[in-house]
Amino acid sequence: MAEKWGRRAILLVYAIMIVIPLLVVLFGGFKNIGQLYSSPLGPPVPPTGRNFTSLVTTANIGVPILNSTALTAGTLVITLFFGSLAAYGLARIKGWIGWVIWAALVLGMTVPAQTSLVPLYVTFRSLGLTDNLFGLILVETVHAIPVAVFILGGFMRALPRELYEASSIDGAGPWRTYRSVIMPLSAPSLAATAIFLFVIVWNDLLYPLFFTTSPSVQTLPLALLAFQGEFLTNYPAIFAGVTVASLPVVVAYIFLQRYFVAGMTAGATKG
Amino acid sequence: MTSAGEPDVGVRVMASVQRRRRGRGATRTHWALYLFPVPALALVVAFLLLPLVQSFQYAATDWNGYSATYKSMGLDNFIHAIFNDSLFQNSVVNTLKFTLVVVIVQTMLSLLLAVLLVKNSRLNIVLRSLFFFPTILSSVAVGFIWAFIYDPTFGLMRGLFQMVGLGALSGSYLGDQQAAIYWVAMVQIWFHAGQLMVVFIAGLQLVPQELYEAADIDGAGKWARFRSITWPMIAPATTIVVAYTTIQCFKAFDLILGIAGNPPGTALDILSTRIYTSFANSQYGYASAESIIFMAVIGIVVLLQRWALRLTQARE
Repeated sequence: MAEKWGRRAILLVYAIMIVIPLLVVLFGGFKNIGQLYSSPLGPPVPPTGRNFTSLVTTANIGVPILNSTALTAGTLVITLFFGSLAAYGLARIKGWIGWVIWAALVLGMTVPAQTSLVPLYVTFRSLGLTDNLFGLILVETVHAIPVAVFILGGFMRALPRELYEASSIDGAGPWRTYRSVIMPLSAPSLAATAIFLFVIVWNDLLYPLFFTTSPSVQTLPLALLAFQGEFLTNYPAIFAGVTVASLPVVVAYIFLQRYFVAGMTAGATKG
Repeated sequence: MTSAGEPDVGVRVMASVQRRRRGRGATRTHWALYLFPVPALALVVAFLLLPLVQSFQYAATDWNGYSATYKSMGLDNFIHAIFNDSLFQNSVVNTLKFTLVVVIVQTMLSLLLAVLLVKNSRLNIVLRSLFFFPTILSSVAVGFIWAFIYDPTFGLMRGLFQMVGLGALSGSYLGDQQAAIYWVAMVQIWFHAGQLMVVFIAGLQLVPQELYEAADIDGAGKWARFRSITWPMIAPATTIVVAYTTIQCFKAFDLILGIAGNPPGTALDILSTRIYTSFANSQYGYASAESIIFMAVIGIVVLLQRWALRLTQARE
């Protein structure tokens, strides 16, 4: 009996520790500075929408929202396409060549990104790809592809070999088999991969910080970081920004939770 | 299926992600199949592996990223970083302190939560999704939230200390040169314990129940059950969690910048932020050398951990 209550107490305390910081942000965005400091935890009475309007008027948050959307969408489309092509090919290529290609891709995943970032920056600069959205999509894609091949490859290898063979007996070439047989069957693992990459790319700070400088290509995490300088300790404004920046991921989490857990645990094995 | 403790369990832990199947039969590979990996491979080779090699070349120079000429430095960058650069040394120490605390505390916490939530009851599933939730937020956002909580004048942490009657102990948190890195370690744990809890739950759910039943017949106590069944059986999951957590800690770049600003002060400067600062100061050669040391340190730490874990996981 005592043990049962002990377990519940631990879970309850931890749940409170998770919820409180989240509530502080959610409520804080609707408070003015005075309200936040006098009652950081309580609900905003009366709520104010001024922090959110000032995001638009002062901080011009529309630009980073568009940039982050384009960056994430572009990266996901290219990565899933190239990644699934590679995973499919590697699931069917026999012998050492397939193994070497797999090893090269997985090596790209185990090397910490920082180690290749400086030369990559120099290459991109000479190609005119720094400080623009297309270049940034390319950088995110390059780093996302090994993860995608890894997750999708695991799935495609697990498909029964007969599936590949049956369709080639029916006269379908590799492309046809990829498009009409394997892709539809891979939908759940594509979704899990997409979710995993969505969270990573949407929230990423490292590559935008390295590869861009202009406000016109600023992504949301960069814009948030800039708020910190701009609003200093105006936490209500910062919290409003945090709420807006997190909203798409939170909404996706609520509706697609299954894929989140699947994708983020599969992604965790990349260590 | 397999006997207890085989590495095979680990493969299943992660839903067969890593499985490689050897081709059966002697049918030859269709030539067009070789084209499928080409786009992915070309991008990875050109923009990941080639720059990695170049990094070693850069590291042997004093190039500032712009001038047409540079001096060859041999190993001087490495020697300077390791023996003479107190900022670099400081960032190594901070990274190791941060990683050590997070790996130990977060792994224990996420395992504890996983054990408590392993059954698929409705309440447990709700709690799992709540505990997982922080993981999906951006590190910058999490950094801001906690910068406020740690605010020495208005923050909640101060209020918490006062509430339990320890107001006198309430310090300046992030302003405390010695302790700041540990306060940020707590944030990292809040941020990611739920994610690794899910990995442990997947591992725990694969432990055959018969083993526990057999232990019950033997009259084994709770701790004995954990020590001789659970811990060895989840060894593959633990290995993954520890390695992943370590790499996450080394990359805690975004969180540090979110909580400490850019560039962070010396109390919160870790290796990944140090490399960025060198890069931002146009020390391209030096930053490359630092990044190679960074890679080596991660590698050494991960190997040491594997070795240490294996010692505890040996079955008695």
